[in-house]
Amino acid sequence: MYKIIRNRLEQGHRTSSYPKKPIQLPASYRGLPLVNADSSLSLARRCAALCPQNAILAEERKIDLGRCTFCGRCAELQDGEGEGGEYFVRFTQRFELAATSRNDLITSGTLPDLAQQAKEQIIKLFGRSLQLRQVSAGGCNACEADINVLGTPFFDLSRFGIDFVASPRHADGIMVTGPISRNMRSALIDTYQAVPAPKVVIAAGCCAISGGPFHGSAEIIGDLHSLVPVDLYIPGCPPHPLTTLHALLAYFKQMRS
Amino acid sequence: MDSLMLKIVNGERIARNQIPRISSELFHRQLSQFVRNNGFIVQFFAYPEDKQMVLLAVLRNSDLFILETTVGREFPSLTLSAGAQFNLFEREIAEQYGLRPAGHPWLKMLRYHANKSDKPDVFGNNYEEEIPGNYPYFQVQGEAVHEVAVGPVHAGIIEPGHFRFQCAGEEVLHLEIQLGYQHRGVEELLQTVPHKRLITLAEGIAGDTTIGHNLSCCQALEALCGLEVAAGASTQRTIALELERLANHIGDLGALSGDVAFNPPAAYFGRIRGEFLNLLLALSGNRFGKGLIRPGGTAFAMGPQERQVITKKIKELRPEILHVCDLLFTAHTVLARFERTGTVTREHAQALGLVGVCGRASGLGYDVREFFPTECYQELPTITNTMTSGDVLSRAMVRQEEIVHSLNAIDMLLAREEEPCRPVPAEDTNYALAPSSCVVTLNEGWRGEVSHCLLTNDQGQLIRYKIKDPSFHNWPGLAMALRNQEISDFPLCNKSFNLSYCGFDL
Repeated sequence: MYKIIRNRLEQGHRTSSYPKKPIQLPASYRGLPLVNADSSLSLARRCAALCPQNAILAEERKIDLGRCTFCGRCAELQDGEGEGGEYFVRFTQRFELAATSRNDLITSGTLPDLAQQAKEQIIKLFGRSLQLRQVSAGGCNACEADINVLGTPFFDLSRFGIDFVASPRHADGIMVTGPISRNMRSALIDTYQAVPAPKVVIAAGCCAISGGPFHGSAEIIGDLHSLVPVDLYIPGCPPHPLTTLHALLAYFKQMRS
Repeated sequence: MDSLMLKIVNGERIARNQIPRISSELFHRQLSQFVRNNGFIVQFFAYPEDKQMVLLAVLRNSDLFILETTVGREFPSLTLSAGAQFNLFEREIAEQYGLRPAGHPWLKMLRYHANKSDKPDVFGNNYEEEIPGNYPYFQVQGEAVHEVAVGPVHAGIIEPGHFRFQCAGEEVLHLEIQLGYQHRGVEELLQTVPHKRLITLAEGIAGDTTIGHNLSCCQALEALCGLEVAAGASTQRTIALELERLANHIGDLGALSGDVAFNPPAAYFGRIRGEFLNLLLALSGNRFGKGLIRPGGTAFAMGPQERQVITKKIKELRPEILHVCDLLFTAHTVLARFERTGTVTREHAQALGLVGVCGRASGLGYDVREFFPTECYQELPTITNTMTSGDVLSRAMVRQEEIVHSLNAIDMLLAREEEPCRPVPAEDTNYALAPSSCVVTLNEGWRGEVSHCLLTNDQGQLIRYKIKDPSFHNWPGLAMALRNQEISDFPLCNKSFNLSYCGFDL
């Protein structure tokens, strides 16, 4: 008993004050990329050639966040030497990355305000209580790990009335991770069908959106939307827990950025 | 007999024509004898060469050895004659290339996919149809016997897999674990994609072992390209591997505590685990260390600022971790649930070839950091585990010991005065791989021995990229741990192993 109390005192209160107060991620974190619209086409093409995800549209000076793993290689290239050199892209510390439309993810650095995209019907139904069933479908388990983190005291997802539940019958929707391996296709569809309507579908991580690092494999479906209609896309490899938290609060509770 | 095998060094390139190629009979005898004399298998796989198939084996005792043989449609099963260490390897060979291990006593699918040769499917499957679940589970017959099926979709935020329990009342007589649901064709991709995708894929083999797998990949590419790694970069990689170990071990202790309904350590360790992921974020910009390691070094320099961030954080967290460990390991209710639950004896562990935490908890004192050290491990002290009774408590204690050891190791590495490493530029991705070569890399990931084996042809193209996650050895250990246990002990036993589904499924 003494040890429990002593540890309790040592640990103290750890829950984040986000979203009441803004939170700053370290400078090393690679969030929303900001493309330099004035960069030369030759530089943009060099970046596109370097990208392991083929996520860069050189002519349009855009990056597809649905494919990007935020590895940061494209931000290393520049024309000219030193600080004054011309760069193609810089990664900001902005972690608010989710969108309701696949096309919105193809961006030069601006995303629509997610709270404004939220449908009235969705907020009315799920704004006060949201129960999600997570389906892991062929990824690397990093997405799952960083969704689990939302249950730890720092994020404490339950305080927002959002929980992950064991049964699809108890759920208002599914959150899918992974590139949807062929071997998980039918289990995923069964789970989706077991959720009572009306229901929402969330694609979390670049794998569920585009196949991620496994794009081109014959063993994956690679696009969740081709199987079930997706309401919310959360980019990242994996998405930072704050990216997921922001997406849920903005889309289901109309929280403004 | 030893002349039939070539002794190799972890992470050093050899020419493929140096690999002793012996007759099928000699190969069979050599492998059987090696395993019988307390040897273990690191890799055992098939690859195509011109029109024929080759079986290649990498073995270890206190040294590493390699040998190979050619094979037709069939080869005599070593599982039958030399034991369970060969079981999954032979099933994998059968599934990947349609080669039948004749006489294999348990020849079933691993990952439900068509084979990569023109040979007929060993299991008679048509892969145009839905195959997962269409699987001949072992069944116990009897009036009081019942079956419990769990998965592939589980009741939490975890990966998919199927568990089939044969029970008499509450007692588990047999557990069969059938995976493959996460199969996404990683090996095939690694052999065919442009080089710029290699490390991104290696980081996606198992996200919780991002550093372990990508380090194994990069060391192999370095060996094949003759790239040198600067001392500073090596320090940084070693620190990253230990941070990964800390994050996972601490998370596991928290999860074990939560599974026996002792909530305080579960909450505290859950939060502290995140602190270590944030240190990886400080080093690499990603909480799992994705994007950090590149062939030739690392992508970001670790300067005085990063060193200070890590030093300060470890100083702050060390007493907290020790206090929470003390809380966990002195709680009688916890010890009562951990002790003598899910025991794997040393004999079983050896017969199955368990590695890493699970092997050490059963008394198999093997650690790649000590036996085949890479990076900075030669200069760091080794660790001896004190508890080897093979139960949940042992597996938890080994983690606790390794946590303290890793904290000390990182402190020692940070105390060294070193030039910050120069980052490896992103554009250096067209690797000139040495032709007709082979390299095997091993690293002690947080679960145990991670190994990659790469083979090139005479053009310097990758013809085979073989990955082995430690979970490949250890899943059968979990099944053995459940023998004659209460079925309600499954979650606890499962957490104490905490194996990778995606690392197994590839």
